[in-house]
Amino acid sequence: MSTTTAPAPRRTAPALPRKGSAAAPRRTAWTPTLLLLLGAVYCLVPVVWVVTAATKSRQELFTTFTYAPGSGFWDNLAELSSYRGGVYWQWMANSALYAGAGALLSAAVSGVTGYALAKYRFRGRSTVFNVLLAGVLMPPITLAVPQYLLMSKAGLADSYWSVLLPSVLSPYGIYLSRIYAEAAIPDEVVEAARVDGAREWRLFRSVALPMMVPGLVTVFLFQFVAIWNNFLLPYIMLGDDHKFPVTVGLYSLLQQGANEPALYTLVITGALLSVLPLIALFLGMQRYWRVDLLSGAVKS
Amino acid sequence: MHRRLALAAAAALCGTLVLSACSSDGGSGDAAKAASGPVKLTFWSWAPNMDKVAEVWNKAHPDVQVSVLKQAGGDDLVTKTITAAKAGNAPDLIQAEYQALPTLVSNDVLADIAKQAGDAKSQFADGVWKQVTLGSDAVYAIPEDTAPLAFYYRQDLFEQYGLKVPTTWDEFAATARALKQQAPDKSLTTFSANDPGLFAGLAQQAGAAWWTTSGESWKVAIDDPATKKVADFWSGLVKDGAVDNQPMYTPAWSKALNDGTQVGWVSAVWAPGVLTSSAPDTKGKWAMAPLPQWESGASVTGSWGGSATGVTTGAVKSGHAEAAAKFATWLNTDPEALAALVQQVNVYPAATSAQTGSLLSAAPEFFADQPDFYARAAEIAKGTAPAAWGPNVNVAYSAFKDAFGKAAQDKGDFGAALSAMQRSTVEDLKKNGFQVG
Repeated sequence: MSTTTAPAPRRTAPALPRKGSAAAPRRTAWTPTLLLLLGAVYCLVPVVWVVTAATKSRQELFTTFTYAPGSGFWDNLAELSSYRGGVYWQWMANSALYAGAGALLSAAVSGVTGYALAKYRFRGRSTVFNVLLAGVLMPPITLAVPQYLLMSKAGLADSYWSVLLPSVLSPYGIYLSRIYAEAAIPDEVVEAARVDGAREWRLFRSVALPMMVPGLVTVFLFQFVAIWNNFLLPYIMLGDDHKFPVTVGLYSLLQQGANEPALYTLVITGALLSVLPLIALFLGMQRYWRVDLLSGAVKS
Repeated sequence: MHRRLALAAAAALCGTLVLSACSSDGGSGDAAKAASGPVKLTFWSWAPNMDKVAEVWNKAHPDVQVSVLKQAGGDDLVTKTITAAKAGNAPDLIQAEYQALPTLVSNDVLADIAKQAGDAKSQFADGVWKQVTLGSDAVYAIPEDTAPLAFYYRQDLFEQYGLKVPTTWDEFAATARALKQQAPDKSLTTFSANDPGLFAGLAQQAGAAWWTTSGESWKVAIDDPATKKVADFWSGLVKDGAVDNQPMYTPAWSKALNDGTQVGWVSAVWAPGVLTSSAPDTKGKWAMAPLPQWESGASVTGSWGGSATGVTTGAVKSGHAEAAAKFATWLNTDPEALAALVQQVNVYPAATSAQTGSLLSAAPEFFADQPDFYARAAEIAKGTAPAAWGPNVNVAYSAFKDAFGKAAQDKGDFGAALSAMQRSTVEDLKKNGFQVG
């Protein structure tokens, strides 16, 4: 998740260091560098472990040196794909559906709500916003069981909707959208559009929305990652293993009783594969963040 | 005005969402509609290939169709099942470990199927059957698999160090010390504070009955003399460094089993499956022996795991109890079902007829050198001491992990840890409104 920050423009040292100039030679700041390196190692070691462990066959997993690559990656992959008729790929597709549709809907709802909260004055506005703010502080985990009870009242437990609907409304996404809309959409632009005769919906659609895209992309990505990684909500909501997302599915591979050999190699390979879409998504969507550095409609 | 329009649009959008949501839901509505068609039962199980066993049933019983929804097993599943039952979404049938049965019964998840399945009693050992009746006249589940404890050891290393297979716990301690003397880097086994199930099994062997009822009140005897004897025994071994104190089921533990740093393992009849994945290089080098005894010449053992098939109160409400109980009985007593269970699901069946029959005539592949593996296992299983579970096993188990985890790490006093476990279990029972005598 360290990739969420947009890459800062790189500032390299002056191309031609002038000898004997007044400027002091750049000193390497050892303490921060060391701390950052430590942080990087801390974050990357588990990743390296997953990558190397996924290449090991069952024989090699606990016997060879931890970070030495093994020879079993393709076998693991084939075994994972054929496990119970390829149910792993069903889980991946489910995850993609939950995370993709959920994040898209969530970004849409957040965008509309955030824009309304930022640009319209109406009674109860601050109350609504304060309630949302309280929602930001509430860890989603505590809501899983009440949401389950609500969903079963509605007859939706153990359906795709039971996982999708709770992820559509994201207090954090709305909060972010409001802040973003406030900062990115100048009131002058809204006024100018109104003067030009744009109706409210068209104003939002053609003027405000394009300006909010970078913010909405952020909301989309946050929600996508949150839903993709979510475990407890789908674990409680779903009973049918063909509706499981990949997190719950992999967990069920580990917990299948003592009579069967644990499927460590499959779980590790499955975990590695399940991270790839997230990485691809981040790399693919990074460019949308940069847009907001260039855009600007009002000279101030 | 525009705003009102937007609101209306939003309301309409929500409406369609809810509508389409309702129409896509096929779970709970079907049960009522299907009254005329075949009865559809759902079965939560964590065992792989259970769906294939259900297929055998479905082919022979077109009027009752069972679909297996594979779950992740373990303690979390108990919580999930209870939550689902509270919300009215419980499946018709569940697989549950024996120690979870009282919890499920006290939460009104499991139905009494004594009327439909009481006849199955003769197929099971008394100690096993007692676990599904909870000592009452009711029957809350049909035993599926059992897991009697045994002692597994590395034949080749025992020979190399001139060790004899211990038949009593005294000999076990002597063997552990003798091995340490010859090879200080090796251990006979480890005391793992992560596995309360094993400790419970060892206590059962010594004669402990942790939860008992008299009238309406519960009695908790986790710190009874029998369990104390077991705790002190392992405490002594850990303190002297005669056995290891690292937890099981970690990569380090697998490595130690695989490279022979640990030359033995007190485990249950399912051990070959674990060894296959954790210690692949040691294939054919292991052997199983009866669990060491407290009194020489005895043949008592405990259990570590095992599960049963239960019918939920939800199935009773939807009128499916009869069909569900029939399936549960068929699954665990019918020869065809037992064959499928053994061959496809790899369980050690609870039904006594299947333990000695032709189903289990061949030893597990990993134990090819011990062709009479299952004959011995059946012999060991005969001496399984009854287990006595209560409604808050999960609390006792987590107290075990906390207290014994610390004691094992510090090589400290297990007696104090046992008292702590007793205390938290009793306190939890009282807090939850049970009478404790």
